[in-house]
Amino acid sequence: MSGPPKPDIFLERTSYRQRRLRDAARLLPILGMILWAIPLLWPHSEGAENANAAATIYLFGVWVLLILLAAIISHLLRPDDETASDSKDDAV
Amino acid sequence: MFAFNVLVAVSLAYVVMLFLVAFLAERRAATGRANWVQSPIIYTLSLSIYCTAWTFYGAVGYAARSGLEFVTIYLGPTLVMIGWWWVLRRLVRIGRTQRITSIADLVSSRFGKSTLLGVIVTLICVVAATPYIALQLQSVTLSFSVFAQNAGETWGRSELNATAGWVAIGLAVFTVLFGTRNLDANERHHGIVMAIAVEAVVKLVALVGVGAFVVWGIAGGAGAMLDRIDASPVDLWDQSGGRWATLIFLSAAAFLCLPRMFQVLVVENADERHLRVATWAFPLYLFLMSLFVVPIAIVGLDLLPAGSNPDLFVLTLPLSEGRDGLAMLSFLGGFSSATSMVIVATIALATMVSNHIVVPLWFRLQNQEGAVMSGDVRQIILLARRLSIAGILALGFLYYRFSGGGTALAAIGLVSFAGAVQILPAMIGGIFWRGATRIGAAFGLVIGLLVWVWTLFLPSFGVDAVISQAVMDAGPFGINWLRPQALFGISGMDPLVHSVMWSMLLNTSTFIIGSLVSFPTPLERLQGAQFVNVLERSAGARAWTTAAAGAEDLLVMAQRILGSDEAQAIFQREVQHQGKVGYLPEVTPEFIERLERELSGSVGAATAHAMIGQIIGGSGVLVEDLIAVADEAAQILEYSNRLEAKSAEQERTARALRDANEKLTALSIQKDAFLSQISHELRTPMTSIRSFSEILGNPDIATDDKSRYAVIIQEEAVRLTRLLDDLLDLSVLENGQVTLQRQTGQMRDLLDRAVRASGVGGENLEIVRDPVSENVTLTTDLDRLGQVFINLIANARKYCAAEKPKLKISVKEKTDVYHIDFVDNGFGISPENQQMIFEKFSRVIDQSRAGGAGLGLAICREIMHRLGGEIGYLPGQYGTAFRVVLPKT
Repeated sequence: MSGPPKPDIFLERTSYRQRRLRDAARLLPILGMILWAIPLLWPHSEGAENANAAATIYLFGVWVLLILLAAIISHLLRPDDETASDSKDDAV
Repeated sequence: MFAFNVLVAVSLAYVVMLFLVAFLAERRAATGRANWVQSPIIYTLSLSIYCTAWTFYGAVGYAARSGLEFVTIYLGPTLVMIGWWWVLRRLVRIGRTQRITSIADLVSSRFGKSTLLGVIVTLICVVAATPYIALQLQSVTLSFSVFAQNAGETWGRSELNATAGWVAIGLAVFTVLFGTRNLDANERHHGIVMAIAVEAVVKLVALVGVGAFVVWGIAGGAGAMLDRIDASPVDLWDQSGGRWATLIFLSAAAFLCLPRMFQVLVVENADERHLRVATWAFPLYLFLMSLFVVPIAIVGLDLLPAGSNPDLFVLTLPLSEGRDGLAMLSFLGGFSSATSMVIVATIALATMVSNHIVVPLWFRLQNQEGAVMSGDVRQIILLARRLSIAGILALGFLYYRFSGGGTALAAIGLVSFAGAVQILPAMIGGIFWRGATRIGAAFGLVIGLLVWVWTLFLPSFGVDAVISQAVMDAGPFGINWLRPQALFGISGMDPLVHSVMWSMLLNTSTFIIGSLVSFPTPLERLQGAQFVNVLERSAGARAWTTAAAGAEDLLVMAQRILGSDEAQAIFQREVQHQGKVGYLPEVTPEFIERLERELSGSVGAATAHAMIGQIIGGSGVLVEDLIAVADEAAQILEYSNRLEAKSAEQERTARALRDANEKLTALSIQKDAFLSQISHELRTPMTSIRSFSEILGNPDIATDDKSRYAVIIQEEAVRLTRLLDDLLDLSVLENGQVTLQRQTGQMRDLLDRAVRASGVGGENLEIVRDPVSENVTLTTDLDRLGQVFINLIANARKYCAAEKPKLKISVKEKTDVYHIDFVDNGFGISPENQQMIFEKFSRVIDQSRAGGAGLGLAICREIMHRLGGEIGYLPGQYGTAFRVVLPKT
């Protein structure tokens, strides 16, 4: 057993994690846009069998992924200090 | 096969159930038990009014026509929801702090509570929503006709119109009943929200039910379904990037801008934390709603006869398979989708129309007549709302009649979306950019509206309906570059992409340029700073700088808008807040601002501002002056706040310093007095000692005298020692350095010892005691208490001037203290000296008899204080009397 962690470092780390979570929450829609734009790059050869099932599964799969990520992030985000340190977002 | 009448009966029963749900929810909210109604789940479900009949029926038709493109309509809102940290959080916070009642109110309030902007936004919303409401009426009517056809009768145009008319009337009644029952200060409708939450569940269950039936009942499982999808002749993924991106943008923007979405997202939001759940729960809802769209479309295309309307597959597929129950559920789902959307949309629009068009107009007319605030404004507003609801539904019905109800559902929906998103630049610019101005916003909105009407709305009526083919081909008056679907000569684009791109581009650039070149009014700047900095919890800028109004005038006005109970409650709260009594508070700028917010929750920011302005008079000028002095309102505010904080702090420090100084001065005076007393007391014995020792140094004195002088010197030395002992004792007691030695003992023993120790005996003092009452057990510092007793008895012995001195000691037990009284038969102490005797060095009777320094009673007082009791002079006892009060524990 080592001694209890110093409270200072502990708090720093928590608020650091919170700030990065906020970054993640901001970036999530951008990730969604990129992932949902990717099928536009798929080669679409004439006459070949269409990509119906694959496209459907891909689109809906990304959807599930985003929902899960959003749930996790919003669960971890603490609303209490969001205003207090919002202006210091860029601080590390 | 059930009769058509059964369907009508079921729908009526369903509506009655909704009535009940709404009614109960209102009741709960009214009794303050709205916790359950205001849960994040209900909030999420209420957002589902995004999924209208267009989703329920139209998505399948859309998928059958254009493949996976239908999903863009749900991807946009999903992105907005999971990106709540960017925009929604801000919007909801603004909505709460500024008491925003609608999207028109938001834009109007942001740009200096401008009535003009409120009117423009309201107009855009009404124009854009009308086709959408028509669409809902159409889908409900069509679904009725499907069942009618199934029951053997084919509906003509007149039956369809009649049904649409009845549905519109029914919806108007429901909306008026629950949407305008009261003029709530927060513009929240618990009953309606609860009802649409129930409808959200119904439509989800219905669509998932039909989907599950199709996948597992018809296709034979998920794997088989996927094979079927792959084998289908329809190409689901045939996307042009432009349309895909445009549609995602369009749906995302519409999700924020549609009046009904703003209503449920921002206005009905009871708690900001609900967003944290909705951020994933609402995308999940959308996901479930779209999951089975493709299977239903593919299977419908396979099974149903060619030429059947794909918009109705959700109904016709179960019917063709003989699943009447499922078809009924599906019908209720579609009915729910349509009704919930229409109800919320009409409430939102009616609020906007009444707050931004009717009330300002009425207000202006009143002013011209010179009658200041006559009549009950509440009734006027409610009436305006009811008429607006009826009017909006009538507009939708008319649109349905004249458009012929033939166009594909999805097309109408997208036209409507493209109209609503014209508000986006003003809204987003308003909440992120402080430089955005009213003029820029107004020009941007108008340009956007014009471009949308010209390139998308009018052409949507069909060729030659409003715009002739010739104009489409060659442009108005032969101006080639103004062709509706090829602005600036760029032809060949998809009409929707073309319209959205040009309208947003021109709208946004006009907005930005207009903002850059114009100059905002002071109020705009204040509001702009508040909106943009809403998350920083800045102190609100104050628009009202004087308080010329009487509180009574304000109360009268507030009562007319909020009702007397509500208004009086607000005033009462303020009175309490100000720490006053009575009914009318001080009219402070803070109070006026708070009151204006409350009012704007009912009638919108612009009207509330105008009403308050009428009573306060000429506030705008004052704000102008305020800002003319310095450039940025927010800067002034921040600076003055900082100054205020600083000066308050300085004042506190100064006060503390003053107090400390006074205390020090008092202490120093006390110390001086004490020192002079002490030196006096020490000097007397020292003088005797010195003079007698000098005499002793003389060799001529007799031996007799020698020993007599030595005795005197010794006596004086003893006196000095006693004095120093007393001083030391007192100083220890006063500094609280003494530690009490708690012991248990008998009061009688303690008194016996005290009598013995005080040198009482024989003739000098007779002690009268009552041994029975002294029979109590004490737990305290017995030595210290004994010291007090000794002192008191010795004092009696020394000072009692009676011929036969007598001291009566009595002990009385009270509830939680003992009273020990020492009463002698002397002359007593005069009232003016009674307080003094406990002070240091105080002696009432002449020095010679004292034999002490006058510290005895001071020490007694300190000891009793330490023991938790007290000692005092007891007047009115025919003698000198002291009472010692000792706590039992």
